[in-house]
Amino acid sequence: MDVLFTIGLDHYLVISAILFGLGLFAILTRKNAIVVLMGVELILNAANINLLAFSKYNGGMEGVMFSLFVIVLAAAEAAIALAIVINIYKTFNTVDVSSIDSLKE
Amino acid sequence: MTNTTYTVIFYLFAAITVFSAVFVVFSRNVIYSAFSLLFTFFGVAALYVFLSADFIAVTQIIVYVGGILVLLLFGVMFTNKIMMTDLKTDVLNLVPGLVLLVAITGGLIYTFLTRSEWFTTVEQLQGSVVERIGFETMSRYVLPFEMVSILLLLALIGAAFLARFDNSAKSNEK
Repeated sequence: MDVLFTIGLDHYLVISAILFGLGLFAILTRKNAIVVLMGVELILNAANINLLAFSKYNGGMEGVMFSLFVIVLAAAEAAIALAIVINIYKTFNTVDVSSIDSLKE
Repeated sequence: MTNTTYTVIFYLFAAITVFSAVFVVFSRNVIYSAFSLLFTFFGVAALYVFLSADFIAVTQIIVYVGGILVLLLFGVMFTNKIMMTDLKTDVLNLVPGLVLLVAITGGLIYTFLTRSEWFTTVEQLQGSVVERIGFETMSRYVLPFEMVSILLLLALIGAAFLARFDNSAKSNEK
């Protein structure tokens, strides 16, 4: 029981594992491209929790800096992906990723 | 703050994060997913505060909630006809996805908890981390910092270029 009440590294690792699994599930099973993007964001957040947890319990600054870079890359990824999704919607009139199967109009 | 309140608050934020993430994934309505993602991001930001990374927590709230989530909501509203209430999304590969969800999550947790002996030092990060982030950014990580800023600039220019309203194609058709 003592493990449950003193918060340690393992608690953060379990939360990030759950978030990673849920994000992967969203990417694999959802048809709407926007929800697939939400799954990618969940996975990036899981990675960030891992980086910061290891950084805290190791006393170094590496994980903190890398999580900052991960957040920047997530912002760039979301902007590009939303632009592509809007273009797909203009071309195909849907964002259903399972029905988009051609590269040309 | 006593140890018990610390633990209770941690579990509260952990529950908020995990359950809203479950709702993001399993909700059939895209708008509900997007607003549930808001709670996930706030919960994760609170966990960052527990990890004594206060600067990262504030950055998470500004960038994710103020930027990415608003972008996602714009995407939802651009690509769905709100008036037709056509916001439901279908699900495919449900059973393999569930199997993979349980297998990967369970496998990761099992490996994390029993198969690994993490090297944790006595000196943990304590207090505010803002000043040390400033020193690290301008000393060891100055090259990655500049590269990531150029990358962000390029990505945003590219996104604006991709998503702009295409006037030339329309005028060519006429």
